Amino acid sequence: MINIVILTLLVVIAIAIIRMKDLFAVVMLLGIYGLLSASFFVAMDAVDVAFTEAAVGAGISTLLMLVVISMTGRREITTRHKPFSALFVVAITGFLLIYGTLDMPYFGSADAPIHGHVAPRYINDSMQEIGIPNIVTSVLASYRAFDTFGEVVVIFTAGIGVLALLSVVRRPEDPEQIAVINDSMHERHLVIRIIAKILIPFILLFALYVQFHGDFGPGGGFQAGVIFAAAIILYTMLFGLSTARRVINQSLIRLVAATGVLLYGSVGLATLLSGGNFFDYNVLANDPIAGQHLGIALIELGVGCTVAVVIIIIFFNFAARREMQLNNKKQHQDKKNKESSSC
Amino acid sequence: MLMGLFNHWVVIALMMIGLYIVIAHGNLIKKIVGLTLFQTSVFIFYISMAKVNGGTAPILADDIIQYSNPLPHVLILTAIVVGIATTALALSLVVRIKETYGSIEEENIQDQDNQTFEQSNSQKDSKQEKQA
Amino acid sequence: MDIVINISSGLCLFVGSFLCLSGGVGMLRFPDFYTRMHAAGVTDTLGSAMILIGLMIISTGFLVFIKLVMILLLGMLIGPTTSHVLAKAALHNGLEPQLGHEDADNKETTSSNP
Repeated sequence: MINIVILTLLVVIAIAIIRMKDLFAVVMLLGIYGLLSASFFVAMDAVDVAFTEAAVGAGISTLLMLVVISMTGRREITTRHKPFSALFVVAITGFLLIYGTLDMPYFGSADAPIHGHVAPRYINDSMQEIGIPNIVTSVLASYRAFDTFGEVVVIFTAGIGVLALLSVVRRPEDPEQIAVINDSMHERHLVIRIIAKILIPFILLFALYVQFHGDFGPGGGFQAGVIFAAAIILYTMLFGLSTARRVINQSLIRLVAATGVLLYGSVGLATLLSGGNFFDYNVLANDPIAGQHLGIALIELGVGCTVAVVIIIIFFNFAARREMQLNNKKQHQDKKNKESSSC
Repeated sequence: MLMGLFNHWVVIALMMIGLYIVIAHGNLIKKIVGLTLFQTSVFIFYISMAKVNGGTAPILADDIIQYSNPLPHVLILTAIVVGIATTALALSLVVRIKETYGSIEEENIQDQDNQTFEQSNSQKDSKQEKQA
Repeated sequence: MDIVINISSGLCLFVGSFLCLSGGVGMLRFPDFYTRMHAAGVTDTLGSAMILIGLMIISTGFLVFIKLVMILLLGMLIGPTTSHVLAKAALHNGLEPQLGHEDADNKETTSSNP
């Protein structure tokens, strides 16, 4: 029953997103949409997915969009031409898709074709073959490890793309100026800074728990990486980009991102060299189950490193770009002021 | 039938809303929001396909017989994180477009492109006339 | 013993859900940003705390209880902080609270000293 309520709310929010002209409100609605779909995933028993969606959809993606809006302006211009052709296309497509659903198995039916094929094997045999209780982790990291490797490479590539598009050459910073900015921020954000200082260690600890407890409960490298990155991003927002840069060495974390992918790939190579198939962890140790445990722990570590660092890199580059634009604007204005005063 | 297919229809509605935003709105950020809606509707579709009535979360325990299907969970779990990475790439493209054109509205960008195209054409024409 | 536990937990859950509901009504009906935020603040501190306490009373097992306590602590820490930050941001950006029904010339004097 609860899924019908949540789905209806999702549709309402989506319609509100169409009608809003203020992009800030649109992005906030998108955050609510992400959180609601995370609770829908909990109702659908997909706890691992809900975890990820709550951290990504409600947290990180909202934040990235807000940073971009602060650079590009928050008003959407009303379009002059009428959207009838778009409505027509959408209506036809929607009608055809609904016609297609009439043959689909009903929601929740146990004999739907999707529950045939490989799913029973995962549920029935994964305890003997892999030896960990969380089936999602064993499918993600062992049965479909090659697929996950591809996903990690995609994330890594997206990180490289953002770096190529946005990275700016940094001028050496004036430590006095940083201190001045820091003091002014300290006055303005005292309460939230103290609360964040209390919370950030726990968030990092929780990320590590999610990383290493992923075999037994919901969790794993993807979730842990996102949560870890969220803690660092919180720190960056409250204590300033330059302070965060001192804590987190930029070239070092780029290395960590690459190391994560390398670690994942080299586990695959190690299995090949030990005489097994690619990502067949059974050969990694004397006991096949122990080999599976080792292999899954290693590649989850690789995934966690890559995801966390790529998201941190993405946020840092957006924030640095914004800072650069603000500085340019300030210099421009200063120049103008000087010119007008000299006149 | 209404209850059995309600999830699928909501997914289609969300998907079409996303598609409509991508087609009908000129603002690039709004377009990315539309793409995100579209993407999330696919996630919801996969996850609601995986649900089995009376099943629980796919974490093995002794006293449980029926589990939901873990395979779609795996596919969507990775897709969500890949989704945020690609969205970030799209957003960084938007930032660069804003820096180059000074606007993120599709119409303005197209107008500017047309102007530069015409200018370069007229320059070429004048050059050719000179050569002639 | 069983009935006491059930009734007390039910009472806590009822009070919690009532507070959440009243918070929702307040969000819709209060006139300006600050009063609305008061409604939201009540919802996410006392409302969720009562619901969590109600769940703690009927929780089976130590681990579930500890997890609920941790969620409660986290909520107690984060809820007031977010309200504070929101109010501060609104004030910083020049949103002035509505202070009763006053005449136009009275308004200036009241809003100038926050």
